[in-house]
Amino acid sequence: MTAIINVPPSLDDEKFELVLDQVARVPADERLLLDARHAKWSSPYGLTALLALAQSRAEKPAFTGPEDENTASYWSRAAFYRHAEEVFELHGFVPRPKPAGDSDVLLEITPVTRSDDVHAVVERIQDKAKQILTTSLHLDPKATMGFAMTLSEACQNIVEHAGQGGWVAVQKYLWRKRLGRNVVVIAVCDAGLGFRRSLESSQGRRIAERWDDATALQEAVVNGTSRFREAGRGQGLKGVRRYVQRWGGRLSIRSGTARITQGEGDLVAEVPLEKHLAPFPGAQVQIVIPEHVEK
Amino acid sequence: MTPLIDVGAVLRGSVSDQYTNLVTRHTGRAVRDGIERELAGLGARRVTIIDFSHVGLLDYSCADEIIAQLLLRYGASAHGPVAATAAEVYFIFRGVGDHLDPIKHVLEHHGLAIVYEAPLGDTHLVGEVSEEERLAWDTIRRVPRATVEAVAAVAGLPPETCERALHLLWRRRLVLRDGGDFLPIGAVA
Repeated sequence: MTAIINVPPSLDDEKFELVLDQVARVPADERLLLDARHAKWSSPYGLTALLALAQSRAEKPAFTGPEDENTASYWSRAAFYRHAEEVFELHGFVPRPKPAGDSDVLLEITPVTRSDDVHAVVERIQDKAKQILTTSLHLDPKATMGFAMTLSEACQNIVEHAGQGGWVAVQKYLWRKRLGRNVVVIAVCDAGLGFRRSLESSQGRRIAERWDDATALQEAVVNGTSRFREAGRGQGLKGVRRYVQRWGGRLSIRSGTARITQGEGDLVAEVPLEKHLAPFPGAQVQIVIPEHVEK
Repeated sequence: MTPLIDVGAVLRGSVSDQYTNLVTRHTGRAVRDGIERELAGLGARRVTIIDFSHVGLLDYSCADEIIAQLLLRYGASAHGPVAATAAEVYFIFRGVGDHLDPIKHVLEHHGLAIVYEAPLGDTHLVGEVSEEERLAWDTIRRVPRATVEAVAAVAGLPPETCERALHLLWRRRLVLRDGGDFLPIGAVA
């Protein structure tokens, strides 16, 4: 049996929940066919989360990509198909590989497994990030260094905690519906251990009576708790939170069945901690930095 | 001449000659190991300049692994060293102007402080210090060497408070002590 999962036309972090709701109804060992034929757009989160979803399945899922040539071409330039062919069985129209060459793609989808991958990501993005953050987002040049640090720390979450590889992508786009402004979005997704299991793996850790994905996220993101016991651990995410706060952005981290969101200014989170979401292994991080506008 | 450790060179020598950025804990640990190897070849009591001028980016993880863990291992906390070190080791950090955000973050986290040198050569104290410590440090920075009484008189602190603050600054390796006198680290560098 193959279960067909419909990918919505517009795939962002919120709409991806519709994909996960469908997957939740399918037994873990049943094969999936992700049908993205009608997809018109995806955020970096949507594309990297699709790859992580494939990674989470026991049997390699099938995937049918967008029929719209522009959409397929864009996904190809974002390097989606390059990685999708490893984790999906591809059906339907598969565009020929294309180089990024797109000024809005700061970092095409890039696998992250080891420390060296994080170095490569940071080295590659620095110049372009500086240009986009200062000219398109009108941020102070000081924001550039913090942006690269934020990207580094988000990627390290995979290296240090996931127990397997994941993907990162960075893109600028106009967030028309929510803000009417340009944003730069970092998406880092994996289907590894996730926060709860990572913290549980800490030796001698006492598990609280009320212990679930939401509590684990709160512990890690708000309190800076890490599975590593050395003093000084857990500061990376704290640093990311500070950066997001400083530049009026939004950080959301989904793990297991929960999502924690910190939003500033116009991006304030309506529900800072969501529970009982459809299960999705690993951790999925999205960081949004908006264009600066004079008030 | 004050010994200098070029962190950029340590990065290229101990991790990869392709890298200019200090990112990831793995890299931070390797660089700190490299710095410690260089320190091991120096004398028993020394001031060493740790130079970040040739480093592109320093992330929180590396700031913790390189700066905070180095300070803790060499006893620059009020509680003494994490690892047993016979030597009195003092650090001046150079070229950290662009990296102060992650550095302050990790120093605050561990309750540590450092002396850093600005581009024009003037030294500054950054991190977790009490008001009395800062006042005593600012005073000692302006004089080549001074007794507790002299510092107390200039700083306007009661002698006992000043002595406590100077002793703590010395324990934290933020000032030097020579007999009954205290000296700013920068004066020696």
